[in-house]
Amino acid sequence: MKSGGQVISTDVAIIGGGVVGCAVARRMALAGASVVLMEKAPDILDGASKGNSAILHTGFDAPVDSLEWQCVQNGHQEYLEIHKSLNLPLLKTGAMVAAWTEEEEARFPGILEKAHKNQVNDIRQLSQAEIHKLEPHLAGNVRAALYIPREYVIDPWSAPLAYLLQAIENGGQALFNAEVTAGGYDGEHWLLDTPQGQVRAKYVVNAAGLYGDIVDTRVLGDSEFVIKPRKGQFVVFDKAAGNLINSVILPVPTKITKGIVLFPTIFGNMMVGPTAEEQESRDDASVDTATLNALHEQALRMLPALKGIPVTATYAGIRSATEQPEYRIREEPERNWITLGGIRSTGLTAALGIARHVETLLKGFGAAFEKRQNPVVSRVPNLANHLSRDCHTPGYGEIVCHCEMVTDREIKAALSGKMPAGSLSGLKRRTRVTMGRCQGFYCSARLAELTEDKFETPLSVGEAHD
Amino acid sequence: MTDITTKTCDVAVIGGGPSGLSAAITLKQAGVKSVVVLDREAVAGGIPRHCGHPPFGLAEFKRILTGPEYAKRIVKKAQQEGVEIALKTTVVLLEKQGRLTLVSPDGTSQLLAKRVLLATGTRETPRSARFVSGNRPIGICNTGALQSMVYLKNMVPFRSPLVVGTEIVSFSALMTCKKAGIKPVAMIEQNTRPSVQWPVYYAASFFGVPLRRKTRIVEIIGGNRVESVIIAGGNGKEEKIPCDGVLFTGLFTPESSLARMSHLALDPDTGCPLVDNNGRCSDPVYFAAGNVIFQPVKVAGKCWQSGIRIARAIVDDLSG
Ligand SMILES: Cc1cc2nc3c(=O)[nH]c(=O)nc-3n(C[C@H](O)[C@H](O)[C@H](O)COP(=O)(O)OP(=O)(O)OC[C@H]3O[C@@H](n4cnc5c(N)ncnc54)[C@H](O)[C@@H]3O)c2cc1C
Ligand SMILES: Cc1cc2nc3c(=O)[nH]c(=O)nc-3n(C[C@H](O)[C@H](O)[C@H](O)COP(=O)(O)OP(=O)(O)OC[C@H]3O[C@@H](n4cnc5c(N)ncnc54)[C@H](O)[C@@H]3O)c2cc1C
Repeated sequence: MKSGGQVISTDVAIIGGGVVGCAVARRMALAGASVVLMEKAPDILDGASKGNSAILHTGFDAPVDSLEWQCVQNGHQEYLEIHKSLNLPLLKTGAMVAAWTEEEEARFPGILEKAHKNQVNDIRQLSQAEIHKLEPHLAGNVRAALYIPREYVIDPWSAPLAYLLQAIENGGQALFNAEVTAGGYDGEHWLLDTPQGQVRAKYVVNAAGLYGDIVDTRVLGDSEFVIKPRKGQFVVFDKAAGNLINSVILPVPTKITKGIVLFPTIFGNMMVGPTAEEQESRDDASVDTATLNALHEQALRMLPALKGIPVTATYAGIRSATEQPEYRIREEPERNWITLGGIRSTGLTAALGIARHVETLLKGFGAAFEKRQNPVVSRVPNLANHLSRDCHTPGYGEIVCHCEMVTDREIKAALSGKMPAGSLSGLKRRTRVTMGRCQGFYCSARLAELTEDKFETPLSVGEAHD
Repeated sequence: MTDITTKTCDVAVIGGGPSGLSAAITLKQAGVKSVVVLDREAVAGGIPRHCGHPPFGLAEFKRILTGPEYAKRIVKKAQQEGVEIALKTTVVLLEKQGRLTLVSPDGTSQLLAKRVLLATGTRETPRSARFVSGNRPIGICNTGALQSMVYLKNMVPFRSPLVVGTEIVSFSALMTCKKAGIKPVAMIEQNTRPSVQWPVYYAASFFGVPLRRKTRIVEIIGGNRVESVIIAGGNGKEEKIPCDGVLFTGLFTPESSLARMSHLALDPDTGCPLVDNNGRCSDPVYFAAGNVIFQPVKVAGKCWQSGIRIARAIVDDLSG
């Protein structure tokens, strides 16, 4: 870590290590720029990117002709191009928009029309027989359904990790515990203040997500948008439910939300969520009993076979929505600044597309970099349930987390290397340790030992003594 | 994973806790040739390994032992009887005809057993599955995690937690706290009466931990670590109590995920594998014993006896 007094010079400074910041860092490093990413937390993914549905969207329901749609399409496409080389998984689930009522079914023509405008032409209506064949466990009273074959499920945490890792492998740098607190532009360079020292950059990309408006106000003096945090709670079911559905089951969307979704996860579970709850706090990802019960009941209504299947986990994520239903990209060519604001509910998919857009914008600002030749391509460990895991390669030492089959070799690897976990939650996202059924009942002791002295907030607060 | 090796045995016992080990010993003593106990931990013995308190062993050995002493003793006895114990060996899949898939540091393999005994025990329900409101900071755990941290690693997850529940295990939890220098801020029970009467009353006054009945946990508050909890008493009045952890005790749930992911039938109410009087599962090759089939759960001695009883049924079955 850099000490307080020093100044790091770079071409592009990126504020925020969410999925968007990580994708921008990768893109610009590959484009040949020097990049420094500053993240206020001890690890990446401390904001909106911490908890999402992990669906790789096609953009069939995106605002027509919008930048969001463009970025979603480009992001989807690029993910498919690069995922194998980075060892990122892909679960080809497809999605089904299910209508349970006449009113819902009546909205199908509109959905189809929009999808076609959005160039998602493989969307189609399913027959009752097809619905039943594809999703035999769905509650029998589904009236009609649309099928979108290229809606997929991915690993929401390994993807951004892989992006940033590739940026670092190609000369980039990441600073943690590095909240940007102030900054100034001298007509040629930005000087940004962080507790880890100052960063001097030609270009700045604000990818601070839930804090995007605050950073703009702090550094530029004003913000063009206001973040309206919107929380989404989830319930994760036991892996025994993993094979009860094959595709992502989407309700017919309303204006406000895509609605409560049933979906398989790449880790072999099945989930229900997210809710859409407006709130003041940008950090409060708390869950509440009443909402969790309601989600649970709704899941059971849609999928009666879930009865009796235990719940593994509950969590919430916060969308960085704004007062308008669109991305809020601010371009300041005079000051070489870009703000990627309001990357609300599609950012996991769109990140690679947004990064591409940033590269184009910076070119427009006059930035000229020499594309990196033969860039390093680094693979991240696989956590997907349907592919071979570390425990399938002999010599792993022992399994630490039995529910998620996490080995101590895996944990030690995640604690070292170029992107070591900076917090316990960072370690969980990199390995899945304690994220299974027992939630640490069996492995907390071993995990506390393996992570002793590693994190600011450790599992163990000290020795046992009388 | 192309060339998976397949081994065979007479009886495969999944789980090397009290019930699995007593069953294996009984099988050996009855002359069953190859009996292998598979346990995913590096050390056999099951839950007693980290119950650092007495009384264990009264029924089996006519003495009062601590959990770890008891665990060592039952493992030694099994070894003396010629039971093969494969450690760091996780059973990941149960299939028909007694086909098990195992993962170990040596690789993935298959074991074909004439009979299989599930003895995978029980655990407590975590916070998540209880749908408790609030943040998800560090410092929330079950008794099992607390005890293994304290007795196996000499570490503590908190210094002044709220204890939720008043089952027998909650009483053990208070003993563990006392031993580790942890001072719970309170012990709460949502019912009018504690689940077990005297030990908890005694414990609460003995350990100086206030017991609050008709009280439930409403919300957990914290950033990185637990900072406080909101609890509500019988009159619905809410109160915020500072603490640095929450210990969720009891509310046992069988560790039956292997069975749940397989072709075996489960009891829809308890989540335990469905068994007949002889501990036989819906697939007659499979049996189950110990706390994986007990709801409410039983003490180690009873699980030990359960292992013996079911092992005898397996012997009869194999010979008849
Ligand atoms: C419930 C839910 C479900 C979703 N489902 C999907 C889905 O299925 N598919 C999909 O594609 N998308 C989905 N999304 C959307 C996606 O998660 C977001 O669009 C995306 O995570 C936004 O990422 P970001 O990088 O813009 O913001 P963030 O993840 O918020 O990242 C910003 C980062 O900046 C840091 N930061 C803030 N201020 C500063 C500062 N001053 N200095 C330094 N660092 C700072 C923060 O700590 C944070 O790590 C979902 C979102 C939610 C909440
Ligand atoms: C926190 C806690 C505290 C307790 N305290 C006491 C106490 O003080 N006194 C008392 O008498 N009882 C106590 N009990 C009850 C305890 O369950 C019994 O004492 C006894 O350990 C049950 O024996 P068992 O053989 O059925 O299961 P366990 O002792 O739980 O043994 C199960 C074994 O199966 C193994 N296993 C599980 N799944 C797999 C798999 N897939 N592959 C390979 N191996 C596997 C495990 O590693 C474990 O070794 C406590 C229970 C808990 C959860």
